[in-house]
Amino acid sequence: MSVLRRGVRIAAAAAAALPLWLVPAAAERFPAEAFTLQNGMQVVVVPNHRSPAVTQMVWYKVGSADDPPGKSGIAHFLEHLMFKGTKSYPPGAFSALIAKQGGRDNAFTAADYTAFYETVAADRLPLAMRLEADRMTGLQLDDKVVLPERKVVLEERHMRVDNKPAGILDEELNARLFLHEPYRNPNIGWEDEIERLGTNDALAFYRRWYMPNNAVLVVGGDVDPTSVKTLAERWFGPTPARALPPRERASEPPHHAAVRVTMKSAHVAVPSWERLYLAPSYRMGATGEAYPLQVLAEILGGGVKSRLYKTLVLDKKLALSVGADYEPGARDLTSFEIYATPKDGVAVADLEAAIDGVLRRLLATGAAPEEVKAAEDRMLAASVYDEDSLTGPAETIGAGLTIGCTLADVEAWPERIAKVTAAEVDAAARAVLKSRNSATGVLLPERTS
Amino acid sequence: MISIGISPHDLVTPAKAGVQGNHSRLAAPDCRLHGKDGGSDGRRTLRRALVCTVLAFALVFGAPFARAMTIEKVTAASGLSAWLVEDHSLPIVTVRFAFATGAALDPAGKRGVAAMAAALLSEGAGPYDFEAFRARLEDLATDLYFDAGQDEFEGNLRCLKRNLDASARLLRLALTAPRFDPDAVARVRGGIVASLSRAAQSPSDLSGRLWMRAAFEHHPYAHRIDGTAASIGRITAADLRAFVKERLHRPGLVIGAVGDITPNQLRALIDRVFGGLPASPVAAAIAEAKPIEDGALILKRRKVAQSVVTFGQVGPKRADPHWYAALLVNDILGGGDFRGRLMRDIREKRGLAYDVSSDLVPLHHAGLLLGSVATANAHVAEVIRLVRGEWARMRDKGPTAAELAASKSYLTGSFPLTLSSTGQVAETLVDMQIEKLGIDYLGRRAALIDGVTLDEARAEARRLLDPKGLSFAVVGDPPGLAAARAAPAL
Repeated sequence: MSVLRRGVRIAAAAAAALPLWLVPAAAERFPAEAFTLQNGMQVVVVPNHRSPAVTQMVWYKVGSADDPPGKSGIAHFLEHLMFKGTKSYPPGAFSALIAKQGGRDNAFTAADYTAFYETVAADRLPLAMRLEADRMTGLQLDDKVVLPERKVVLEERHMRVDNKPAGILDEELNARLFLHEPYRNPNIGWEDEIERLGTNDALAFYRRWYMPNNAVLVVGGDVDPTSVKTLAERWFGPTPARALPPRERASEPPHHAAVRVTMKSAHVAVPSWERLYLAPSYRMGATGEAYPLQVLAEILGGGVKSRLYKTLVLDKKLALSVGADYEPGARDLTSFEIYATPKDGVAVADLEAAIDGVLRRLLATGAAPEEVKAAEDRMLAASVYDEDSLTGPAETIGAGLTIGCTLADVEAWPERIAKVTAAEVDAAARAVLKSRNSATGVLLPERTS
Repeated sequence: MISIGISPHDLVTPAKAGVQGNHSRLAAPDCRLHGKDGGSDGRRTLRRALVCTVLAFALVFGAPFARAMTIEKVTAASGLSAWLVEDHSLPIVTVRFAFATGAALDPAGKRGVAAMAAALLSEGAGPYDFEAFRARLEDLATDLYFDAGQDEFEGNLRCLKRNLDASARLLRLALTAPRFDPDAVARVRGGIVASLSRAAQSPSDLSGRLWMRAAFEHHPYAHRIDGTAASIGRITAADLRAFVKERLHRPGLVIGAVGDITPNQLRALIDRVFGGLPASPVAAAIAEAKPIEDGALILKRRKVAQSVVTFGQVGPKRADPHWYAALLVNDILGGGDFRGRLMRDIREKRGLAYDVSSDLVPLHHAGLLLGSVATANAHVAEVIRLVRGEWARMRDKGPTAAELAASKSYLTGSFPLTLSSTGQVAETLVDMQIEKLGIDYLGRRAALIDGVTLDEARAEARRLLDPKGLSFAVVGDPPGLAAARAAPAL
C-alpha cells in the first residue's frame, strides 16, 4: 500500500495487501465483544479458536498526522523507540522475551494511529499484556539509544522512499494533493526534520499521547472475553487515566486548481501514471459517500469486468495494468486513486486520455444497477476470507476504533455495502471525480545515454 | 529481504491490479519497526526461492501447544495421494500442490517458460477465453494462481465450500486445456518484460541477481526464474503447450488440502483434477551445483541514496545431517527481528541499517547461506567488515549456551503461530512432502531442534561458516570501495 493512502496504516501487516476498509467485517463473521476499563482504555476481544495462538494489539490514537509542525516523523520515530526499554526491562528485553516464547512482535505507524502487536501462544497472553502495559508509561530514553535509532530510521527512509523513484513521486504528489491537512507529510517524516529529532521530542510526544484513555486493546485468537477482561483489568487497569489533549489538526480548504507532478528519473524503467482525487472519509466531509465510493472503486478497477480494466487493458490495449483504490478509514479527508502502467510504446498522454474517457462516460451515463449489484456481490463474497486469518480481524477493528468509528460501524460494513444503490454511486462519483480536486502524477524514464 | 534474482511478476491479472491496490508501481512504504515485508506477491515469489527456509521455520511444533494438527493421508482411485487437514470451522477450502519441475529445467533459449506458463494457466482454458475465465473466478470468489520456482511448479486454489465443484473444474481446465490465446500471451509477455525492466532498476533485485550469477555461473540457478526480455520474447504458444504436456506430470506431484472438505470429497477432486495427467516421469537432468565462494566483492555502481549488499556462501541442503545445528547457528547469527547478532551489532549498536539478516536457502541441487543489508553508501565498507567479523567470531567461538537456548525456544515455539490460515497450513503440507519429512514430522520437530547440543552447534559453526569465502555483491555508490571481481553481465 502506498504512503499516499492516508488513514490506512502504511505498514501492511504480514502480506495483508487488502485495504482495511474494502473488506471489513460483520458481527456474525467477527464475533467481537467490546468493553471499556475504568481508566478509559477500550478493549475488544475477537475469539477465533482455529489455532492455539493469540494476537494482542495495542493501538494509540495518535499518528504521523499528529506530528507537531517541524517535527515530522516523530510519531514513527517514537514507535521505534518504544522498543528501547523501561525501568523494568532493559533495551531489547521486550522482543527477546516474546521471541523466547516463540512469539513475534512488531509495530506500525500510520497517519491516524500507532499500533504495537505480539503474536504468541494463547497461554502467553499475560506476558504480552504485562510488557505492553509496562511500556505504556514506563519508557526510558537517552541519547545513547536514541541517536543510533535515528540513523536506523534514516536508513529506513532511504530504503522505502529515496531509493525508489515511485516512492519519491508518491511523497511529492501527496504533498500537493493536500494543501493544508497534515496528511500531506510523509508518515516517516521529511529527511531534514528526522535528522533533527531528539530524545526530548520523543519523550514529549510520548507523555502527551501514550495513556490508557487514548488506547485501544484488541485481542484476537484462542481466548474468551471473560478471561481477557480479567487480564486486562489486572495489567492495564492500574495505569491511571491522564488529561488527554485535543487532537487539533489543520483542515483542508476547498480546491480550485488541478495539480500535476511529472518526475523523470534515470532509475525508472517503465512509466507509470496515477491520479488522486480529494475524497471524503468515514469521518470527514460527505461521509455518506464513503460506501458508494468503495463500490465505485470496484466498478472502475476491481477485476476483469471493471470499466478501466476492460477498456484500457482488454479493448484498447493501452495499459499493462490499471486500477482504482479508495480507503475511507481516515479521520480527515482522504483520496480516491486511479493508477495505470502503459504498455510499452504507449504515450502516457494517450493512456490518460483513455482513462478520462472512461470516467466521462461513467459520469455521463451513470453506473448500471446490475453492475453495482455484481460489484457488491464480489466484495461481499471475498470478505468471507477475512476470517481465514488470525490478525486480519484484529487489525480491521483496531483501525476502525482508532479513527473514531464504532464496533457497530465495522460490523455493519457488509450490509452498508449491500445497500448502496446505483444512484448513490453516481452522486458520489460526480462529487469526487472533479478536475479541480485532482492531483496527477507521472513517472517517466530519463534516458541518460 | 534477500533477493536472489527472482522478482515478483507484475503480470497484471485483474485480481492483482484491482482495487486491492496490490500493484507493483508503488512499493509499499511500510513504517513498521523492522522490515521483512515484501508485500504479498514478493513474499510469495520469494518463498518459492526460499521454500525450504520457510519450511525450516514453519515445521517446529511447539511444546506449549497441547493441540496437534491431525494430518491424514488420502489416496484416490487414480493412485495419487494428498495430505489433508480437515477444518470445518469456516466454509473455505484451500488446495496447494507442486509438480517436480521448475525454472531450472527451462530450455536454455527459452528461460522463463515455466514462469510464463504459470501466469497464463489461469488466463483462459477450455471453453473460456481470458476474460470469461477470470470473470468466472471472480464471480465464484475463487483464488487460483500458479507459481514457478527453480525446483517446483506450484498451484494454489482457494474457494468457498459452496463453489468447490465449479472451482475444481476451472483448475482441471487450467491444467489440462489451457488456451494460450495470442492476446493473453502478448499481454502476459508485456507484463513480464516490464517487470524485468523494473527489476533491472531495483538495487536490491540487482544485488541478489549479481550474487547468484557470480556464484552459479553456467548452472541454471544463475538465471532468473522469469527469464530475460529476449527469452520471453522468443517463447511461443507452442512452447507453452509443450511445457504443459511434457512437464506437468503425476510423478513427484504433491498435494496438500486444508479446510471444509472431507476425505471422500478430496479423493474425488484429486482424480478429477489430476487423474488424467501423464503418468510418465519427467526427464530431470539438473546437475548438482557448487556455488563459487571465493570471498570476492562484486560492485555495480549506481547513483542511489543507499547501497544494497547481498552476501553469502555455501550452506547445507535440506537433507544434510547437520541441518538443525545449521538452522540454530544461522538463527543466532543472522536471525530476523532482533534475534541475530548481525542485527544487534549493525542495527542496534551502530544504527547502520534498518534490516540485516541471513537465511539458509536449500535449493534441490545446492545449498546456500545468504543474507542482505542496505546501508548508506559511506558505510558499505564498514558494514562488510562487521559482517565478516561476526562470521569469524561465530565460527571461532560458536554460540553461547544462552543464545542456543533462546534460539531453540524461538524455533520450537513459533511454528504453531504461523498456522493460522488455510493457506499457511496447506503450504506446510506441500513443503513437508517435497522435502520427504514424513507425515509425523510435526510431532518430531521440536525434539530434533532441542536435541542439538552446544558442542554440536559449535562444531557446526566451525564446519559451516567460511568468513574468507563469504562473497559480497554491492549495488550502489560506495566511496573508495574497489571490486575484487568484475560484475558479471546479467
